[in-house]
Amino acid sequence: MEIASLTIDQIREGLAARRFSALELATQALEFAQAANPKTNAYLHFCPERALAAARRVDAALARGDDPGALAGVPVAVKDVIVTKGVRTTCGSRLLAQYVPPYDATAVIRLEQAGGVILGKANCDEFAMGSSNENSAFGPVRNPVALDRVPGGSSGGSAAAVAQGAAVVALGSDTGGSVRQPASFCGVVGVTPTYGRVSRYGLVAFASSLDHIGQLGRTVRDAARLLQVVAGRDEMDSTSAFAPVPDYLALADGRVRGMKLGLPREYFKDLASETGDLIARGVDLLRRLGCEVREISLPHTPYAIACYYIICTAEASSNLARYDGMRYTTRSAGSETLSDMYRNTRGEGFGAECKRRIMLGAYVLSSGYYDAYYLKAQKVRTLIARDFSEAFREVDAIVTPVSPFPAFKLGEKLDDPLQMYLSDIYTITGDLAGIPCLSVPCGSTAAGLPVGMQILTRHFDEAGMFRLADAFQRAGGCAG
Amino acid sequence: MKLTEEQVRYVAGLANLKLTAEEVRRFGADLGEILTYMDKLNELDTGAVEPMAQVLYLAEETATLRADQERSVVGAEAALANAPLPGAGFFKVPKVVER
Repeated sequence: MEIASLTIDQIREGLAARRFSALELATQALEFAQAANPKTNAYLHFCPERALAAARRVDAALARGDDPGALAGVPVAVKDVIVTKGVRTTCGSRLLAQYVPPYDATAVIRLEQAGGVILGKANCDEFAMGSSNENSAFGPVRNPVALDRVPGGSSGGSAAAVAQGAAVVALGSDTGGSVRQPASFCGVVGVTPTYGRVSRYGLVAFASSLDHIGQLGRTVRDAARLLQVVAGRDEMDSTSAFAPVPDYLALADGRVRGMKLGLPREYFKDLASETGDLIARGVDLLRRLGCEVREISLPHTPYAIACYYIICTAEASSNLARYDGMRYTTRSAGSETLSDMYRNTRGEGFGAECKRRIMLGAYVLSSGYYDAYYLKAQKVRTLIARDFSEAFREVDAIVTPVSPFPAFKLGEKLDDPLQMYLSDIYTITGDLAGIPCLSVPCGSTAAGLPVGMQILTRHFDEAGMFRLADAFQRAGGCAG
Repeated sequence: MKLTEEQVRYVAGLANLKLTAEEVRRFGADLGEILTYMDKLNELDTGAVEPMAQVLYLAEETATLRADQERSVVGAEAALANAPLPGAGFFKVPKVVER
């Protein structure tokens, strides 16, 4: 068994044919992931006891002749902003360095019920704020494709673990591109489903109107299988959607002939040439598969960054108010008053980017500025979402780049927060509109850096998105 | 535009963040630059546009309410397990009211 390149289909087949047991697989996967981790720092910590217990349950089900579940034996990494009962969940923050949650996230419960084997918790930017994974209090993640480069963020550990073969699939979270951008930088598939498609019960909140739990895998099929298991209404999250979950794999049947695809001209204007050339080759492949490609316009794209960073920081300043040194976090020593305890704990505990965003959010919500910034941004959000609903009257899917450039070097953009924010331009619009979107590998630059192609579809049309991305990947995904 | 030190300290107070002198200087510049960029939104006339708080889907008004049934919850002991200073079943904090 070639552990680093296993697919879910191979695991199913191997378990069914008794070539290996789930326990053997979990043991080997853990060994591999732990040995590979010093290179990338993709995992913050492992949970071998929990992993082996999950694997034993799968083997017991197989021995009884029961269905072991859709993810039976599959090694999974879970981003460390998703809570796991009894297993430390730090959110990449010093404040939560010792936090051991008393409950499991719904997505975690569902993936384990389906036989998934959680190996450990994946590194990430502190409270999922960042585009390079350099904001983790526990050290940056290195891109397994090029170790002097960032893996993207904020789900950089999840993407690196999957790319490295240290997990078959991973859960991440996406607020403005935090699953798709690292997937593109590391050369794997990253899915941001429709807003509300996956319960966020147990996802530590960053910006509640934008947060999603996303899925990563080396193939579209594997990522789709993971979404299949975690998707669907959950009464513990009142924002989770009631829409039924179709059978994604059955619908990924390769029938893309006649699909109408839109290329928004605003997304191709300022593209780095190599990334642009690769996306153009990817679009040519889609044409050869029988898709009809036309240019479209999403006219409010130039306003998306400003809109997004007002809304997400406002919501973050409110959500992060809970870290007060009283209930779950460490507490600054020696504070005389309650208010000093809050200020000192938060001042010492949060990293620079979290502070910057809390400050921005508090500013745009403060008296006298609310209308000018926050309310204005919410109105612009309406216009951006409307651009998409109008475009989807003409086309079935929209195809764009994921990032203006491939993985950059560690430290390269750290001192310029605005430049870092601007690099999120192609991914944040999908979150603002709440539509499903994914990144699928679309070849590599001459220097060997992966480039991702983004596919966006209508609300709840993950099936259409997977069908197109799966056909693209099976046709070679313009590799080589 | 650059935020003044006074503005930065005011916002830090709202956010309950103690900042070092270096951070006050740094955030004055960072926030100023970012807020200037955000003024771009004023190019758009949004007088007739409704604000969008989040994505909403059609559903019955009470659809998200769950059945009013007793269920097991995280108990006090588990809830206090991560507290930096628990005591007598409570979260302990510095004194708030003088006797």
